[in-house]
Amino acid sequence: MTWARKHLLDIESLTPDEIVTVLDTARAFKAVGERAIKKVPALRGKTVINLFVEPSTRTRISFELAEQRLSADVINFSTEASSFKKGETLKDTARNLEALNADFIVIRHSASGAPHFLARVLDVHVINAGDGAHEHPTQALLDVFTIREHKGKIAGLNITILGDILYSRVARSNIWALRKLGATVTLCGPATLVPKTFEQMGCRVTYDVDEAIRDADIINLLRIQHERQRKTMFPSINEYIPLFGLNRARLAKAKPDALIMHPGPINRGVEIDSDIADSSRSLVLEQVTNGLAVRMAVLFLVNGGNGPQEVAGN
Amino acid sequence: MAESNVILDAAAMQRALTRIAHEIVERNENSAEVVLAGIPVGGDHLARRLGKILSEIWSQPVPVGILDVAMHRDDLDRRAAPKIHPTVIPFDVTGKTVVLVDDVLFSGRTTRAAMDALNDFGRPKKIQLAVVIDRGHRELPIKADFVGKNVPTADNEKIRVRLVENDGVDEVVLERLK
Repeated sequence: MTWARKHLLDIESLTPDEIVTVLDTARAFKAVGERAIKKVPALRGKTVINLFVEPSTRTRISFELAEQRLSADVINFSTEASSFKKGETLKDTARNLEALNADFIVIRHSASGAPHFLARVLDVHVINAGDGAHEHPTQALLDVFTIREHKGKIAGLNITILGDILYSRVARSNIWALRKLGATVTLCGPATLVPKTFEQMGCRVTYDVDEAIRDADIINLLRIQHERQRKTMFPSINEYIPLFGLNRARLAKAKPDALIMHPGPINRGVEIDSDIADSSRSLVLEQVTNGLAVRMAVLFLVNGGNGPQEVAGN
Repeated sequence: MAESNVILDAAAMQRALTRIAHEIVERNENSAEVVLAGIPVGGDHLARRLGKILSEIWSQPVPVGILDVAMHRDDLDRRAAPKIHPTVIPFDVTGKTVVLVDDVLFSGRTTRAAMDALNDFGRPKKIQLAVVIDRGHRELPIKADFVGKNVPTADNEKIRVRLVENDGVDEVVLERLK
Protein backbone atom coordinates (compact mmCIF):
# COMPACT_ATOMS: atom_id res chain seq x y z
CA MET A 1 0.00 0.00 0.00
CA THR A 2 1.88 3.04 -1.21
CA TRP A 3 0.58 6.30 -2.61
CA ALA A 4 2.17 9.69 -2.06
CA ARG A 5 1.37 11.41 -5.34
CA LYS A 6 -0.43 14.69 -5.66
CA HIS A 7 -1.43 14.06 -9.28
CA LEU A 8 -2.26 11.26 -11.66
CA LEU A 9 -0.59 12.34 -14.88
CA ASP A 10 0.39 9.08 -16.55
CA ILE A 11 0.98 5.38 -16.00
CA GLU A 12 4.58 5.52 -17.18
CA SER A 13 5.82 7.06 -13.94
CA LEU A 14 3.85 4.77 -11.59
CA THR A 15 5.41 1.84 -9.79
CA PRO A 16 3.73 -1.59 -9.93
CA ASP A 17 2.95 -1.17 -6.23
CA GLU A 18 1.16 2.12 -6.88
CA ILE A 19 -0.91 0.56 -9.65
CA VAL A 20 -1.93 -2.28 -7.33
CA THR A 21 -2.83 0.26 -4.63
CA VAL A 22 -5.29 1.91 -7.05
CA LEU A 23 -6.78 -1.49 -7.95
CA ASP A 24 -7.21 -2.53 -4.32
CA THR A 25 -8.75 0.80 -3.39
CA ALA A 26 -11.08 0.64 -6.39
CA ARG A 27 -12.40 -2.70 -5.20
CA ALA A 28 -13.72 -1.05 -2.04
CA PHE A 29 -15.30 1.75 -4.04
CA LYS A 30 -16.97 -0.73 -6.36
CA ALA A 31 -18.71 -2.18 -3.30
CA VAL A 32 -19.94 1.30 -2.38
CA GLY A 33 -21.64 1.50 -5.78
CA GLU A 34 -23.64 -1.61 -4.94
CA ARG A 35 -25.09 -0.17 -1.72
CA ALA A 36 -28.46 1.54 -1.34
CA ILE A 37 -26.62 4.74 -0.42
CA LYS A 38 -23.89 5.13 -3.02
CA LYS A 39 -22.28 8.24 -1.64
CA VAL A 40 -19.42 8.68 0.82
CA PRO A 41 -18.15 11.98 2.28
CA ALA A 42 -14.46 11.55 1.37
CA LEU A 43 -14.24 14.73 -0.77
CA ARG A 44 -16.83 16.80 1.06
CA GLY A 45 -16.15 20.51 0.64
CA LYS A 46 -13.71 19.97 -2.22
CA THR A 47 -14.26 21.49 -5.64
CA VAL A 48 -13.45 19.55 -8.79
CA ILE A 49 -13.36 21.14 -12.21
CA ASN A 50 -13.72 18.89 -15.21
CA LEU A 51 -11.79 20.75 -17.89
CA PHE A 52 -12.60 18.95 -21.09
CA VAL A 53 -10.89 20.75 -23.93
CA GLU A 54 -11.67 17.86 -26.24
CA PRO A 55 -15.09 16.26 -26.61
CA SER A 56 -15.85 13.31 -24.36
CA THR A 57 -19.05 11.79 -23.11
CA ARG A 58 -18.30 8.61 -21.23
CA THR A 59 -15.10 9.66 -19.52
CA ARG A 60 -16.60 12.98 -18.41
CA ILE A 61 -19.78 11.36 -17.14
CA SER A 62 -17.77 8.72 -15.32
CA PHE A 63 -15.55 11.31 -13.65
CA GLU A 64 -18.52 13.50 -12.81
CA LEU A 65 -20.40 10.67 -11.15
CA ALA A 66 -17.26 9.53 -9.31
CA GLU A 67 -16.79 13.06 -7.97
CA GLN A 68 -20.41 13.32 -6.89
CA ARG A 69 -20.31 9.96 -5.14
CA LEU A 70 -17.34 11.26 -3.17
CA SER A 71 -19.44 14.32 -2.20
CA ALA A 72 -17.29 16.84 -4.08
CA ASP A 73 -18.70 19.96 -5.72
CA VAL A 74 -18.38 19.59 -9.47
CA ILE A 75 -18.09 22.09 -12.29
CA ASN A 76 -18.02 21.00 -15.91
CA PHE A 77 -16.13 23.11 -18.33
CA SER A 78 -16.21 22.24 -22.00
CA THR A 79 -14.72 23.81 -25.07
CA GLU A 80 -17.98 24.72 -26.71
CA ALA A 81 -19.04 27.14 -23.99
CA SER A 82 -15.72 28.62 -22.95
CA SER A 83 -13.28 31.43 -23.46
CA PHE A 84 -11.06 29.12 -25.49
CA LYS A 85 -13.26 30.26 -28.31
CA LYS A 86 -12.17 33.80 -27.50
CA GLY A 87 -8.49 32.86 -27.61
CA GLU A 88 -7.63 32.43 -23.94
CA THR A 89 -4.62 30.20 -23.33
CA LEU A 90 -4.80 26.96 -21.35
CA LYS A 91 -2.59 28.47 -18.66
CA ASP A 92 -4.81 31.51 -18.23
CA THR A 93 -7.97 29.45 -18.17
CA ALA A 94 -6.52 27.08 -15.61
CA ARG A 95 -5.19 29.88 -13.41
CA ASN A 96 -8.62 31.48 -13.44
CA LEU A 97 -10.13 28.21 -12.33
CA GLU A 98 -7.53 27.92 -9.60
CA ALA A 99 -8.36 31.45 -8.47
CA LEU A 100 -11.82 30.12 -7.70
CA ASN A 101 -10.15 27.86 -5.12
CA ALA A 102 -10.66 24.67 -7.06
CA ASP A 103 -8.97 21.67 -5.45
CA PHE A 104 -8.84 19.30 -8.41
CA ILE A 105 -8.69 19.73 -12.16
CA VAL A 106 -9.55 16.74 -14.32
CA ILE A 107 -8.27 17.57 -17.78
CA ARG A 108 -8.88 16.12 -21.22
CA HIS A 109 -6.85 17.83 -23.92
CA SER A 110 -5.83 17.16 -27.49
CA ALA A 111 -2.23 18.17 -26.73
CA SER A 112 0.06 15.54 -25.22
CA GLY A 113 1.52 16.78 -21.94
CA ALA A 114 -1.22 19.32 -21.16
CA PRO A 115 -1.89 17.76 -17.72
CA HIS A 116 1.83 17.77 -16.90
CA PHE A 117 1.96 21.44 -17.86
CA LEU A 118 -0.95 22.26 -15.55
CA ALA A 119 0.63 20.31 -12.70
CA ARG A 120 3.73 22.48 -13.09
CA VAL A 121 2.02 25.86 -13.16
CA LEU A 122 -0.84 25.27 -10.71
CA ASP A 123 -1.08 24.25 -7.09
CA VAL A 124 -4.17 22.01 -7.51
CA HIS A 125 -4.39 18.24 -7.91
CA VAL A 126 -4.34 17.36 -11.61
CA ILE A 127 -5.81 14.19 -13.07
CA ASN A 128 -5.21 13.28 -16.69
CA ALA A 129 -8.43 12.24 -18.41
CA GLY A 130 -6.64 11.75 -21.74
CA ASP A 131 -3.97 13.90 -23.39
CA GLY A 132 -3.59 13.67 -27.14
CA ALA A 133 -2.15 10.34 -28.22
CA HIS A 134 -0.01 10.20 -25.08
CA GLU A 135 -1.85 8.61 -22.13
CA HIS A 136 -5.28 7.90 -20.68
CA PRO A 137 -4.27 6.56 -17.28
CA THR A 138 -7.70 5.94 -15.74
CA GLN A 139 -8.74 3.92 -18.79
CA ALA A 140 -5.71 1.66 -18.38
CA LEU A 141 -6.35 1.29 -14.66
CA LEU A 142 -9.97 0.30 -15.22
CA ASP A 143 -8.92 -2.14 -17.95
CA VAL A 144 -6.36 -3.74 -15.66
CA PHE A 145 -8.89 -3.79 -12.82
CA THR A 146 -11.41 -5.58 -15.06
CA ILE A 147 -8.84 -8.10 -16.26
CA ARG A 148 -7.72 -8.84 -12.70
CA GLU A 149 -11.32 -9.33 -11.58
CA HIS A 150 -11.86 -11.98 -14.25
CA LYS A 151 -8.48 -13.67 -14.41
CA GLY A 152 -7.42 -13.18 -10.79
CA LYS A 153 -4.02 -11.83 -11.82
CA ILE A 154 -2.17 -9.87 -14.48
CA ALA A 155 1.29 -11.43 -14.42
CA GLY A 156 1.75 -14.12 -17.03
CA LEU A 157 -1.38 -13.30 -19.03
CA ASN A 158 -1.32 -12.79 -22.77
CA ILE A 159 -3.04 -9.54 -23.71
CA THR A 160 -3.59 -8.66 -27.35
CA ILE A 161 -4.39 -5.08 -28.28
CA LEU A 162 -5.89 -4.90 -31.74
CA GLY A 163 -6.55 -1.87 -33.90
CA ASP A 164 -5.28 1.67 -34.06
CA ILE A 165 -2.27 1.69 -31.75
CA LEU A 166 -0.37 4.61 -33.24
CA TYR A 167 -2.95 7.24 -32.34
CA SER A 168 -4.19 5.57 -29.19
CA ARG A 169 -3.48 6.95 -25.73
CA VAL A 170 -5.48 4.00 -24.38
CA ALA A 171 -2.98 1.62 -25.96
CA ARG A 172 0.04 3.45 -24.55
CA SER A 173 -1.35 3.59 -21.01
CA ASN A 174 -2.44 -0.04 -21.21
CA ILE A 175 0.97 -1.15 -22.43
CA TRP A 176 2.70 0.62 -19.53
CA ALA A 177 0.33 -0.80 -16.94
CA LEU A 178 0.30 -4.35 -18.30
CA ARG A 179 4.06 -4.53 -18.77
CA LYS A 180 4.69 -3.18 -15.26
CA LEU A 181 2.43 -5.88 -13.83
CA GLY A 182 4.09 -8.65 -15.80
CA ALA A 183 1.71 -9.40 -18.68
CA THR A 184 2.83 -10.25 -22.20
CA VAL A 185 1.44 -7.67 -24.62
CA THR A 186 0.89 -8.31 -28.32
CA LEU A 187 -0.04 -5.49 -30.66
CA CYS A 188 -1.76 -6.06 -33.98
CA GLY A 189 -3.35 -3.93 -36.69
CA PRO A 190 -2.54 -2.37 -40.04
CA ALA A 191 1.22 -1.85 -40.33
CA THR A 192 0.72 1.89 -40.75
CA LEU A 193 -1.05 2.05 -37.36
CA VAL A 194 1.17 -0.41 -35.47
CA PRO A 195 4.76 0.67 -36.03
CA LYS A 196 7.55 -1.68 -34.98
CA THR A 197 8.83 1.05 -32.63
CA PHE A 198 6.33 -0.21 -30.04
CA GLU A 199 8.65 -3.15 -29.55
CA GLN A 200 10.80 -0.73 -27.55
CA MET A 201 7.98 -0.63 -24.97
CA GLY A 202 8.39 -4.38 -24.49
CA CYS A 203 5.56 -5.47 -26.78
CA ARG A 204 5.34 -8.04 -29.50
CA VAL A 205 4.16 -6.61 -32.83
CA THR A 206 2.45 -8.76 -35.43
CA TYR A 207 0.28 -8.12 -38.47
CA ASP A 208 -1.42 -11.50 -38.51
CA VAL A 209 -4.66 -11.22 -36.53
CA ASP A 210 -5.28 -14.96 -36.24
CA GLU A 211 -1.82 -15.43 -34.79
CA ALA A 212 -2.22 -12.43 -32.49
CA ILE A 213 -5.37 -13.73 -30.84
CA ARG A 214 -4.57 -17.45 -30.81
CA ASP A 215 -2.99 -17.49 -27.35
CA ALA A 216 -4.65 -14.37 -25.97
CA ASP A 217 -6.40 -14.38 -22.59
CA ILE A 218 -7.77 -10.92 -23.30
CA ILE A 219 -8.43 -9.24 -26.64
CA ASN A 220 -8.64 -5.48 -26.25
CA LEU A 221 -10.09 -3.83 -29.34
CA LEU A 222 -9.41 -0.21 -30.06
CA ARG A 223 -11.50 2.15 -32.09
CA ILE A 224 -10.19 3.50 -35.36
CA GLN A 225 -9.56 7.15 -34.48
CA HIS A 226 -10.56 8.97 -37.61
CA GLU A 227 -10.22 12.34 -35.89
CA ARG A 228 -6.54 11.88 -35.07
CA GLN A 229 -5.45 10.62 -38.48
CA ARG A 230 -3.91 13.33 -40.55
CA LYS A 231 -4.15 11.19 -43.63
CA THR A 232 -5.78 7.92 -44.37
CA MET A 233 -3.61 5.17 -42.93
CA PHE A 234 -5.33 2.27 -44.65
CA PRO A 235 -7.23 2.07 -47.93
CA SER A 236 -10.78 1.81 -46.60
CA ILE A 237 -12.98 0.67 -43.72
CA ASN A 238 -14.32 -2.02 -46.04
CA GLU A 239 -10.84 -3.41 -46.37
CA TYR A 240 -10.15 -3.12 -42.64
CA ILE A 241 -13.17 -5.20 -41.62
CA PRO A 242 -12.19 -8.52 -43.25
CA LEU A 243 -8.49 -8.04 -42.44
CA PHE A 244 -8.65 -6.91 -38.80
CA GLY A 245 -12.26 -6.87 -37.59
CA LEU A 246 -13.16 -9.37 -34.88
CA ASN A 247 -15.87 -11.71 -36.13
CA ARG A 248 -17.28 -15.02 -34.97
CA ALA A 249 -15.10 -17.14 -37.27
CA ARG A 250 -11.96 -15.40 -36.14
CA LEU A 251 -12.90 -15.60 -32.46
CA ALA A 252 -13.46 -19.35 -32.81
CA LYS A 253 -9.70 -19.70 -33.29
CA ALA A 254 -8.97 -17.99 -29.98
CA LYS A 255 -8.88 -19.72 -26.58
CA PRO A 256 -12.40 -20.59 -25.37
CA ASP A 257 -11.95 -18.46 -22.25
CA ALA A 258 -10.51 -15.44 -24.05
CA LEU A 259 -12.47 -12.32 -23.13
CA ILE A 260 -13.08 -9.21 -25.19
CA MET A 261 -12.67 -5.62 -24.11
CA HIS A 262 -13.22 -2.29 -25.82
CA PRO A 263 -12.83 1.20 -24.32
CA GLY A 264 -15.74 2.51 -26.37
CA PRO A 265 -17.32 4.04 -28.26
CA ILE A 266 -17.72 0.90 -30.36
CA ASN A 267 -17.90 1.05 -34.12
CA ARG A 268 -20.21 -1.93 -34.50
CA GLY A 269 -19.40 -3.93 -37.60
CA VAL A 270 -15.92 -2.36 -37.91
CA GLU A 271 -13.58 -3.42 -35.07
CA ILE A 272 -16.08 -5.93 -33.77
CA ASP A 273 -19.14 -7.78 -35.00
CA SER A 274 -22.31 -6.70 -33.28
CA ASP A 275 -23.22 -10.13 -31.86
CA ILE A 276 -19.76 -10.55 -30.28
CA ALA A 277 -19.99 -7.13 -28.67
CA ASP A 278 -23.22 -8.25 -26.97
CA SER A 279 -22.02 -11.75 -26.05
CA SER A 280 -21.14 -13.01 -22.60
CA ARG A 281 -17.47 -12.86 -23.54
CA SER A 282 -17.61 -9.11 -23.88
CA LEU A 283 -16.60 -7.08 -20.82
CA VAL A 284 -17.50 -3.73 -22.37
CA LEU A 285 -20.22 -2.74 -19.90
CA GLU A 286 -18.27 -4.05 -16.91
CA GLN A 287 -15.48 -1.74 -17.97
CA VAL A 288 -17.89 1.17 -17.65
CA THR A 289 -18.97 0.11 -14.15
CA ASN A 290 -15.38 -0.44 -13.08
CA GLY A 291 -14.33 2.90 -14.55
CA LEU A 292 -16.47 4.66 -11.99
CA ALA A 293 -14.88 2.75 -9.10
CA VAL A 294 -11.36 3.29 -10.42
CA ARG A 295 -11.92 7.04 -10.82
CA MET A 296 -13.29 7.28 -7.27
CA ALA A 297 -10.17 5.46 -6.06
CA VAL A 298 -7.85 7.81 -7.97
CA LEU A 299 -9.55 10.94 -6.62
CA PHE A 300 -9.47 9.48 -3.11
CA LEU A 301 -5.79 8.57 -3.26
CA VAL A 302 -4.64 11.79 -4.91
CA ASN A 303 -6.49 13.83 -2.28
CA GLY A 304 -4.51 12.14 0.46
CA GLY A 305 -1.24 12.26 -1.43
CA ASN A 306 -0.82 15.96 -0.78
CA GLY A 307 -0.54 15.86 2.97
CA PRO A 308 2.29 14.95 5.29
CA GLN A 309 2.62 11.24 5.82
CA GLU A 310 1.38 11.34 9.36
CA VAL A 311 0.15 8.08 10.74
CA ALA A 312 -3.29 8.28 12.22
CA GLY A 313 -3.27 7.77 15.96
CA ASN A 314 -4.81 4.63 17.31
CA MET B 1 14.59 3.38 20.89
CA ALA B 2 11.12 2.85 22.25
CA GLU B 3 10.66 1.08 25.54
CA SER B 4 7.62 -1.14 25.77
CA ASN B 5 5.55 -2.85 28.45
CA VAL B 6 2.98 -5.58 28.00
CA ILE B 7 -0.19 -4.32 29.67
CA LEU B 8 -2.47 -7.18 28.62
CA ASP B 9 -1.28 -10.69 27.85
CA ALA B 10 -3.26 -13.35 26.01
CA ALA B 11 -5.08 -14.63 29.11
CA ALA B 12 -5.97 -11.12 30.27
CA MET B 13 -7.25 -10.22 26.81
CA GLN B 14 -9.42 -13.31 26.76
CA ARG B 15 -10.83 -12.42 30.21
CA ALA B 16 -11.51 -8.86 29.06
CA LEU B 17 -13.40 -10.07 25.98
CA THR B 18 -15.44 -12.52 28.07
CA ARG B 19 -16.33 -9.77 30.53
CA ILE B 20 -17.27 -7.37 27.71
CA ALA B 21 -19.50 -10.07 26.23
CA HIS B 22 -21.29 -10.53 29.54
CA GLU B 23 -21.73 -6.78 29.90
CA ILE B 24 -23.25 -6.67 26.41
CA VAL B 25 -25.66 -9.42 27.47
CA GLU B 26 -26.53 -7.57 30.65
CA ARG B 27 -27.19 -4.33 28.81
CA ASN B 28 -29.23 -5.81 25.96
CA GLU B 29 -32.23 -7.84 27.01
CA ASN B 30 -33.39 -8.56 23.48
CA SER B 31 -30.57 -10.68 22.10
CA ALA B 32 -32.20 -10.87 18.67
CA GLU B 33 -31.58 -7.16 18.17
CA VAL B 34 -27.83 -7.23 18.76
CA VAL B 35 -25.37 -7.20 15.85
CA LEU B 36 -21.64 -6.50 15.93
CA ALA B 37 -19.61 -4.34 13.56
CA GLY B 38 -15.83 -4.47 13.85
CA ILE B 39 -13.58 -1.66 12.61
CA PRO B 40 -10.45 -2.85 10.74
CA VAL B 41 -7.60 -3.40 11.43
CA GLY B 42 -8.12 -5.26 14.69
CA GLY B 43 -11.74 -4.51 15.54
CA ASP B 44 -12.95 -6.91 12.87
CA HIS B 45 -11.18 -9.85 14.51
CA LEU B 46 -12.27 -8.76 17.98
CA ALA B 47 -15.89 -8.49 16.78
CA ARG B 48 -15.69 -12.04 15.43
CA ARG B 49 -14.39 -13.29 18.79
CA LEU B 50 -17.03 -11.40 20.75
CA GLY B 51 -19.70 -12.72 18.39
CA LYS B 52 -18.55 -16.26 19.11
CA ILE B 53 -18.73 -15.75 22.89
CA LEU B 54 -22.12 -14.04 22.63
CA SER B 55 -23.61 -16.73 20.44
CA GLU B 56 -22.55 -19.31 23.02
CA ILE B 57 -24.13 -17.34 25.87
CA TRP B 58 -27.34 -16.71 23.95
CA SER B 59 -27.34 -20.06 22.12
CA GLN B 60 -28.10 -18.30 18.86
CA PRO B 61 -25.95 -16.86 16.11
CA VAL B 62 -24.97 -13.21 16.47
CA PRO B 63 -24.41 -11.42 13.14
CA VAL B 64 -20.93 -9.93 12.75
CA GLY B 65 -19.97 -7.36 10.10
CA ILE B 66 -16.90 -5.39 9.11
CA LEU B 67 -17.19 -1.62 8.91
CA ASP B 68 -14.30 0.22 7.28
CA VAL B 69 -14.28 3.93 8.07
CA ALA B 70 -11.52 5.19 5.75
CA MET B 71 -13.91 6.96 3.40
CA HIS B 72 -15.55 8.77 6.30
CA ARG B 73 -12.47 10.08 8.08
CA ASP B 74 -12.24 13.84 8.68
CA ASP B 75 -8.50 14.07 8.04
CA LEU B 76 -8.34 12.65 4.53
CA ASP B 77 -6.57 15.63 2.98
CA ARG B 78 -4.11 15.90 5.87
CA ARG B 79 -2.45 12.52 5.57
CA ALA B 80 -1.55 9.91 2.99
CA ALA B 81 -4.70 8.19 1.80
CA PRO B 82 -5.49 5.40 4.23
CA LYS B 83 -5.71 1.81 3.12
CA ILE B 84 -9.33 0.89 2.51
CA HIS B 85 -10.51 -2.49 3.76
CA PRO B 86 -13.65 -4.16 2.49
CA THR B 87 -16.83 -3.28 4.33
CA VAL B 88 -19.08 -6.28 4.80
CA ILE B 89 -22.41 -5.70 6.54
CA PRO B 90 -24.37 -8.85 5.65
CA PHE B 91 -27.50 -7.82 7.59
CA ASP B 92 -29.96 -4.95 7.84
CA VAL B 93 -28.91 -2.57 10.63
CA THR B 94 -32.26 -0.77 10.76
CA GLY B 95 -33.93 -1.33 14.11
CA LYS B 96 -30.90 -3.19 15.45
CA THR B 97 -28.56 -2.45 18.32
CA VAL B 98 -25.19 -2.21 16.63
CA VAL B 99 -22.19 -2.75 18.87
CA LEU B 100 -19.16 -1.11 17.23
CA VAL B 101 -15.98 -2.96 18.11
CA ASP B 102 -12.55 -1.33 17.98
CA ASP B 103 -9.21 -2.17 19.53
CA VAL B 104 -8.26 1.25 20.92
CA LEU B 105 -10.37 4.31 21.74
CA PHE B 106 -8.24 7.45 21.47
CA SER B 107 -9.43 10.76 19.93
CA GLY B 108 -12.89 9.38 19.17
CA ARG B 109 -12.63 10.41 15.51
CA THR B 110 -12.64 6.84 14.25
CA THR B 111 -15.82 6.21 16.24
CA ARG B 112 -17.45 9.30 14.77
CA ALA B 113 -16.48 8.16 11.27
CA ALA B 114 -17.87 4.71 12.06
CA MET B 115 -21.21 6.13 13.13
CA ASP B 116 -21.38 8.14 9.88
CA ALA B 117 -20.45 5.07 7.84
CA LEU B 118 -23.09 3.01 9.61
CA ASN B 119 -25.77 5.52 8.69
CA ASP B 120 -25.17 4.69 5.03
CA PHE B 121 -26.53 1.22 5.74
CA GLY B 122 -29.71 2.18 7.58
CA ARG B 123 -30.95 3.55 10.87
CA PRO B 124 -29.88 1.47 13.85
CA LYS B 125 -32.08 1.60 16.92
CA LYS B 126 -29.00 2.06 19.10
CA ILE B 127 -25.26 2.19 18.60
CA GLN B 128 -22.97 1.01 21.40
CA LEU B 129 -19.19 1.00 21.53
CA ALA B 130 -16.91 -1.76 22.80
CA VAL B 131 -13.11 -1.30 22.94
CA VAL B 132 -10.27 -3.33 24.37
CA ILE B 133 -8.28 -0.27 25.47
CA ASP B 134 -9.45 3.24 26.30
CA ARG B 135 -6.32 5.39 26.33
CA GLY B 136 -8.00 8.77 26.91
CA HIS B 137 -7.24 12.02 24.99
CA ARG B 138 -10.73 12.38 23.54
CA GLU B 139 -11.29 15.16 21.01
CA LEU B 140 -15.01 14.51 20.63
CA PRO B 141 -17.85 13.87 23.09
CA ILE B 142 -17.65 10.10 22.73
CA LYS B 143 -17.59 7.48 25.48
CA ALA B 144 -17.26 3.71 25.26
CA ASP B 145 -20.04 1.50 26.65
CA PHE B 146 -17.78 -1.49 27.19
CA VAL B 147 -14.05 -1.20 27.98
CA GLY B 148 -11.53 -3.99 28.42
CA LYS B 149 -8.99 -1.80 30.22
CA ASN B 150 -8.60 1.90 30.88
CA VAL B 151 -5.01 2.95 30.27
CA PRO B 152 -4.11 6.58 30.98
CA THR B 153 -1.42 7.52 28.46
CA ALA B 154 0.87 10.36 27.55
CA ASP B 155 1.15 11.86 24.04
CA ASN B 156 4.53 10.23 23.44
CA GLU B 157 3.13 6.81 24.20
CA LYS B 158 1.60 4.41 21.73
CA ILE B 159 -0.73 1.47 22.27
CA ARG B 160 -0.21 -1.59 20.09
CA VAL B 161 -2.88 -4.25 20.11
CA ARG B 162 -1.47 -7.43 18.61
CA LEU B 163 -3.88 -10.19 17.70
CA VAL B 164 -3.27 -13.81 16.78
CA GLU B 165 -5.08 -13.27 13.48
CA ASN B 166 -2.69 -10.48 12.37
CA ASP B 167 0.46 -10.87 14.42
CA GLY B 168 0.43 -14.44 15.69
CA VAL B 169 0.14 -13.35 19.32
CA ASP B 170 -2.51 -11.81 21.60
CA GLU B 171 -1.11 -8.92 23.61
CA VAL B 172 -1.42 -5.21 24.22
CA VAL B 173 1.79 -3.27 24.48
CA LEU B 174 2.39 0.26 25.70
CA GLU B 175 5.33 1.81 23.87
CA ARG B 176 7.05 4.96 25.10
CA LEU B 177 8.96 6.90 22.45
CA LYS B 178 12.10 8.58 23.72
